[in-house]
Amino acid sequence: MDLKRDYYEDIELFKSKTVLVSTILGLIFLALLPALVSKYHFLGLSIYLVNLITVHSIVAIGLNIVVGYTGQISMGHAGFFAIGAFTTIILILRAGFPFLLALPVAAFVSSAFGFLLGLPALRLKGPYLAIATLGFGMAVTTTIKHLEFFGGRMGLQAPKLKLFGTVLKDLHLYYLIMTIAIIMVVGAVKLMKTRVGRAFVAIRDSDIAAEAMGVNLTYYKTLAFAVSAFYTGVAGGLYAFILGFINPEGFHLIMSITFLAMIVVGGLGSIVGSIAGAVLMTYLDVKLQAVQDVPWVGPALLAFSQQYMTVSGISNIAPIVYGIIMILIVLFEPLGLFGFWIRVKRYWKTWPF
Amino acid sequence: MLGQLIVSGLAVGACYALLALAMVIIYKTSEVLNFAQGEMAMVSTFVAFVLLEGYHIPFVWAVVLTLMFALLLGVFVERVFLSTAKEPTVLGLIIITLGFEMILMGFAGWKWGPDQRSFPFPVSSVEAYRLGDLTISRINFWTILICLTLMFVLFLFFRYTKLGMAMRATQQNVMMARVMGIRTKRILSFTWAVSSMIGATAGMLIATLGVLDPNMMMDPLLKGFASAVLGGMTSLPGAALGGAILGMVENVFGGYVSLSFKGVVAFAIIVLMLCFRPSGLLARHYVKKV
Repeated sequence: MDLKRDYYEDIELFKSKTVLVSTILGLIFLALLPALVSKYHFLGLSIYLVNLITVHSIVAIGLNIVVGYTGQISMGHAGFFAIGAFTTIILILRAGFPFLLALPVAAFVSSAFGFLLGLPALRLKGPYLAIATLGFGMAVTTTIKHLEFFGGRMGLQAPKLKLFGTVLKDLHLYYLIMTIAIIMVVGAVKLMKTRVGRAFVAIRDSDIAAEAMGVNLTYYKTLAFAVSAFYTGVAGGLYAFILGFINPEGFHLIMSITFLAMIVVGGLGSIVGSIAGAVLMTYLDVKLQAVQDVPWVGPALLAFSQQYMTVSGISNIAPIVYGIIMILIVLFEPLGLFGFWIRVKRYWKTWPF
Repeated sequence: MLGQLIVSGLAVGACYALLALAMVIIYKTSEVLNFAQGEMAMVSTFVAFVLLEGYHIPFVWAVVLTLMFALLLGVFVERVFLSTAKEPTVLGLIIITLGFEMILMGFAGWKWGPDQRSFPFPVSSVEAYRLGDLTISRINFWTILICLTLMFVLFLFFRYTKLGMAMRATQQNVMMARVMGIRTKRILSFTWAVSSMIGATAGMLIATLGVLDPNMMMDPLLKGFASAVLGGMTSLPGAALGGAILGMVENVFGGYVSLSFKGVVAFAIIVLMLCFRPSGLLARHYVKKV
């Protein structure tokens, strides 16, 4: 079953024919998804929501690299997200960069900041690191808000997205984002199977022991933050085009918490888990913001709000559900959706025992 | 000008100090970073507001009832969410408190809406006392006074009462405390209750200095964290000192350098502090074994 006879078997992308076939089926599904969504309103999705989910998946993978694999808490990823978004837009607007150049440059800017944030992480642990990264996130949004160069409080309007001289429509944006996302996913999966990935995991399990084994802590901890920030920066750049308009108020602390919630719900230290978490939490978030439109439940909640609560605050059900899911996952399934999936798989593999 | 800024900074700093104390008390006992602290205080403050405005209960009784509510809330969180977690990691505990924070924030937003209200504190915020050259508004004066009194009471509580002593013993070594016959589980719940009550007091003061709305504790909570880290996260006097320093520095920076970057100063101080003296101002450094 999971027996490995060879190092190369361990680093293979497709471990078995099943994985290969399901990957191909998955890709076909992703290619057909826009048609499903626009024709049949598949699960009540819209292209915008699918794009948002994809971008959040990239962030979740990036955050999981630093939190799940390397074991360093970060509560400042909304900061990297903002850096990615604003740098991309500004490079296109002010410096006339083409999109395909602006996005990587912005991602590298973001990863430079990730490197900077990684430096205090060398000396800080657990709660201290949480506060330092949280402060970083706050500092980024405050700085952006008060500098006219970044559009100040008003924010920036994203330009029309051009690729090789043609303006992209919604549908094309979906394929662009999805292609980038797939590249990022494969990159992350591969990265975790290299020396670097193993060093990250060693640091998570025990950094002192890892150092004794010859893992260069300075290098790998900052690298983890840089890689993570790179992913988040790319996602930020794409996010700017999904929204079409960005302002610093959008990148607040709650956003960082949401990202953290995604990977905890999905599963720490798992790429598939990150995606699952991002899909579930983004979908829930968007649907619950307009909970009154949900059949059956919506009207009942509306009536309840009129009776006991305020109707204007009904969208606050989203954070309540979010919080409940976060707590339940930590209490009952610490490995998240991924852990649940593993248990189901193991059950069927060993059935009927 | 400088003295003026320091005095008004001190009033805000006193509130930060209270929040920091509330966090440190919990952190010392259970190594939980309580992100729900702010929202627990916010909901308690709303309860006080409802009691005062909705039921017209005299102020003192409203405060007493609010503190009772805060006590129950603290015990509830500890009993229902934290003690049920099996072998939780640091991140797991943070996620639980973050989850509870979101629940409370959502609940408050749903119940009371996003409107900003003013908290009816029976001290005028317009009139002021004069101390030589300095004018200090009554509300600031009373805030500082209340915070100092509360800190003194806390000091006496931890130093001289049996319960306080048991709490300190639990903080030092849970296993030993249990061997000595202390019911550590009960002490843990009680720690949360005390912390929640301190938080509620801070919440009421902050609502008086600013406005009362579901988002009001976001910023003070982070500053409270910053103060706690500044003081070393495990030291009560450190947390109080950290809060006072933070409030003053922030206000002076706001007055002389830049008002718009006032909010960032706290974190600049923290990052510098953590880089050069990670154990904080007053806490002792200890090294963990592998």
